[in-house]
Amino acid sequence: MTTTAEGTASSGPAGDDELPLLRLRGVSKHFGPVQALTEVDLDIPAGQVTALAGDNGAGKSVMIKTISGIHPPDGGQMWWGGKPMRVHTPGEAAALGIETVYQDLALCDNLDIVQNMFLGRERMHRGQLNEESMENAARETLASLAVTTVRSVRQAVASLSGGQRQSVAIAKAVLWNSKLVIMDEPTAALGVAQTAMVLSLVRRLADRGHAVMIVSHNMNDVFDVADRIAVLRLGRMVAERPAAEMDRQIVVDLMTTGVSTRVAQPRPRAE
Amino acid sequence: MSDLKEATPTPDAEHPETVDPTTGAVQTADTAGAYLRRSVARIRGGETGVLPVVAGLLLVSVLFQSLNDHFLTAGNLVNLLVQAAVFSLLAMGEVFALLLGEIDLSIGFVAGLSAVVMSELVSPSVGWPWWAAIAAALLACALIGILQGSLITRIGLPSFVVTLAGLLFWQGVMLRILGDGGSILIEDDTINSIGSGTLTTIGGWVVMLVIVGVYGLQTWRRDSRRRGAGLMAPPPSLTVAKIVASLVAGVLLVLLCNADRGVLVPVFGMPYVILLVFAVLALWSFVLGRLKFGRYVYAIGGNAEAARRAGINLRMIRTTAFMLCSFTAGIAGVVYASRLRSISTALDGGTLVLYSVAAAVIGGTSLFGGRGKALHGVLGGIVIAAIDNGMGLLGFSAAAKYIVTALVLLIAVSIDAIAQRKRPAGT
Repeated sequence: MTTTAEGTASSGPAGDDELPLLRLRGVSKHFGPVQALTEVDLDIPAGQVTALAGDNGAGKSVMIKTISGIHPPDGGQMWWGGKPMRVHTPGEAAALGIETVYQDLALCDNLDIVQNMFLGRERMHRGQLNEESMENAARETLASLAVTTVRSVRQAVASLSGGQRQSVAIAKAVLWNSKLVIMDEPTAALGVAQTAMVLSLVRRLADRGHAVMIVSHNMNDVFDVADRIAVLRLGRMVAERPAAEMDRQIVVDLMTTGVSTRVAQPRPRAE
Repeated sequence: MSDLKEATPTPDAEHPETVDPTTGAVQTADTAGAYLRRSVARIRGGETGVLPVVAGLLLVSVLFQSLNDHFLTAGNLVNLLVQAAVFSLLAMGEVFALLLGEIDLSIGFVAGLSAVVMSELVSPSVGWPWWAAIAAALLACALIGILQGSLITRIGLPSFVVTLAGLLFWQGVMLRILGDGGSILIEDDTINSIGSGTLTTIGGWVVMLVIVGVYGLQTWRRDSRRRGAGLMAPPPSLTVAKIVASLVAGVLLVLLCNADRGVLVPVFGMPYVILLVFAVLALWSFVLGRLKFGRYVYAIGGNAEAARRAGINLRMIRTTAFMLCSFTAGIAGVVYASRLRSISTALDGGTLVLYSVAAAVIGGTSLFGGRGKALHGVLGGIVIAAIDNGMGLLGFSAAAKYIVTALVLLIAVSIDAIAQRKRPAGT
């Protein structure tokens, strides 16, 4: 079966000596009769970008939602920084330092950048919104991520380009001392230049020590930024390896044809 | 700051202002010229704010003045502001519903119910003191808002239907309380003075100076604090200009109010109603602009799903907004009854609510949710009162007034829709 074949063997102990920030072992999730995730193993180390690849319906979204507390798993174990982790709500996940940037970004177009970044977690001063403090923090966060293309943090999000909106959504996730930032198709709606901008932002996040998990269909993006690649197929983890040991064809084969044929004959190939 | 800007032209190069090559990423306090230019850019980008309504007010004033030179007399202008009070108050309530992207059609008759409850309680046969009667009326309205808001948020019914039912239901309740007589006279002097009482001439000056002083001090302190912290703020010259402008407006208003506007006996002084509208405006502007609740109302109107994911309690915020909407309508009802010194079945809540929606939209509040201010309700209310008043002076019938008001409303909604289309990323 999958569990014995790949996941644990290749990457678990082999990767690095320390425990990864997040470790999943045998995680399963079903919705009624539908088995969305079957005994999934996954390690997400800090300071690295882990790409989660998979065809439509492979279980990528369920995976994200399991980690971010929206769909708690039915079976299996999760460890956060070496300690057993149990999250049942997005709030609990956020409290641990898990932030998710969904594909729709969840930004309010009518609010400005500062208001969006602090939405739901406003800083208060004597019962009133503390705009100065929030504006400063927002500017510092954007500057630390080298997001310099926005004209002013007081402009409405509606006036931003797609890449800028993505950057704001990412900065919003980073603002909260997050340790793991999960991104769902961060470049799906972007043009070439904007994609490059967002990918370099993703890279900087990992360089700053955040664990980053990105979900993507786009092989170019995956090989651009990912340090490690995990491939899901029909709810099972069919491979989880350093990106250097993979190439596009292997990933596509893993995504489409599945476990046995390709994984049976490992072909470590550098780009 | 950094060279990590987008290297190549972005796909949406039609918004060149997103990258400012001269000052880098984050602009802060700068010259008055640059600040104004940015405001102009914002307006052209679709954030029109109060500009259309102010332009519309000027246009209406010039038009009516040229047709009848009585329009811009002190007496008529003060009357106009007093007439506008009920519309403005109702519209400020409606703004809460519109900001959520909802609508409240019941507030006309909720205002009527407020008037009836107050008049009944203060009547000699019941004999409550004036303040208790008003408090009870406002409390009743707040409860109505909670009830309607709960139906909308808990059962998930459309606000249009729930408040349409409210329009019929509260009209029925109002008629029931009014009973066979069909009207209640108000004999309480305090309540009657809300609608027709005025400050003394000196009182008007003192109150105006205090208000402008507090506003000016706050504005100055906030802007200079922001400038000191290196945050986005207008330059000092603009801050001073803003304060001076408010002082000039205040002086003009007091001069207008202190001029004799009586026909047979001299009448002068600042009507309490105008102060009441200002007080409600200040309160709701504070609630919407400075409190978490207000921020969440805008967030829900902009993107309810994003608000939900941010952990905001949508039901609670929505229900509270409907409560404040009905509560404000209750204040309007008190003013309405107080001006007439009575309340009767003649109250047309249907027209009132349509005027209040129209006023909010004319003032600049978006029907699509998420954009609007309490100030918009006040300005829109003044426009509607101005049309009513000006056409009345010219001897037009009610029919003509309705038609013109409808056209103005259409123009306002068109401006909103066109501005909506111009907003880059669309909402």
